[in-house]
Amino acid sequence: MQILNPAVAGTLESSDAMVTVEPGKGLSLELKSSVMNTYGRQIKETVFETLKKLGVEDAHVSVIDKGALDCTIKARVECAVFRSCGKSEKDIPWGGVIR
Amino acid sequence: MIPRPRPERFRLRRTMMFLSAQKPGLIKDAYIYGCDSIMLDLEDAVAENQKDAARFSLYHALTTIDYGDTEVIVRINGLDTPHWQEDVRVCVAGGADGIRIAKCESAADVKAVEEATLAAEKEFGVEEGRTLLMAALESPKGILNAYEICAASPRMFGVAISGGDLRKCLQTTPQRDGVDMMAARGQMILAARAAGIQCFDTVFTNLDDQEGFEAEVLQNKAMGFDGKSLINPKQIRFVHQVFAPTEKEIRQAEKIVSAFREQSAAGVGVFTVDGKMIDIAFIPGAERTLKLAKACGMYEGDLI
Repeated sequence: MQILNPAVAGTLESSDAMVTVEPGKGLSLELKSSVMNTYGRQIKETVFETLKKLGVEDAHVSVIDKGALDCTIKARVECAVFRSCGKSEKDIPWGGVIR
Repeated sequence: MIPRPRPERFRLRRTMMFLSAQKPGLIKDAYIYGCDSIMLDLEDAVAENQKDAARFSLYHALTTIDYGDTEVIVRINGLDTPHWQEDVRVCVAGGADGIRIAKCESAADVKAVEEATLAAEKEFGVEEGRTLLMAALESPKGILNAYEICAASPRMFGVAISGGDLRKCLQTTPQRDGVDMMAARGQMILAARAAGIQCFDTVFTNLDDQEGFEAEVLQNKAMGFDGKSLINPKQIRFVHQVFAPTEKEIRQAEKIVSAFREQSAAGVGVFTVDGKMIDIAFIPGAERTLKLAKACGMYEGDLI
């Protein structure tokens, strides 16, 4: 998928993460996390893996993590990407690239 | 993906706790509170511009988190919104046990959701008929059509009355003695029993009024409800206490069931237990008591 417009998903509440995607060249990730020392590397892996599944090759992504589980990080990244393409409201490929 | 067992149409549902599907902090560990069912909400608890995000969050919660024995129901948006069809798709794809139809007013509403559910089961390769349905009655029209709604589909396991909207339509407010919704509750219970499905009372929203909450739960039990919708884990324990059978009821039920099995094996249809006449009509009630007792940890026998 191609990142067309800047889009945000998620909140700054505890156990959540706020993910912003913007158009970019290649993939770049800016991560702030309340559990950076323990889980920083894992969060990055989850973000990149999710982007790869969605076929996103060019994007600048920023994540502000408040102790979210992997499943929440995935959900927020996916929602931000689908919002950026204006496709977040219906016919989502549940169980396809979203898994 | 976490495999969930096939949903049971009839199971213990004393407590059904509402949680916003858009709040990861709430849904990640909701099974620890021990309620019988959780109700992940895509409707009123989710702001209009977050409906899409709530679905992504719901999908991953359903497929990643092991809720164990806790039943997982999802409340979808009303049929008058642009959201409900995608809501049904995500529920089925994620493997939710059941779908709660908000603001249900007719059998046609149930049929519309049933059709979308079947289509989603086909689309996602889910066993046809697996996903259960329940309906929330929130308007006078819904209450008046309660029976056709209850009997509209073999997927229907229950109906719930929803006090917030209903009281507004009835032009009343919560009353201590429950007189505000007495007729509506009564009509819904009659319809549910006539159709052979379960019925659940509305939430009690004033968390500071424990006395009022307890009075309402006692009345629910006396009226014959199967359980109650809740908004806070602190409400669970009292409902479970009230809906638990008494020691005397359990002993009685045990006697009836075992006597019935012995007598009917010997070809006897009607007999007495402790001076009371017993026949086959008493058995479902007695078995229900034992099932409830087992779920409450009060019965360890093998009759059930």
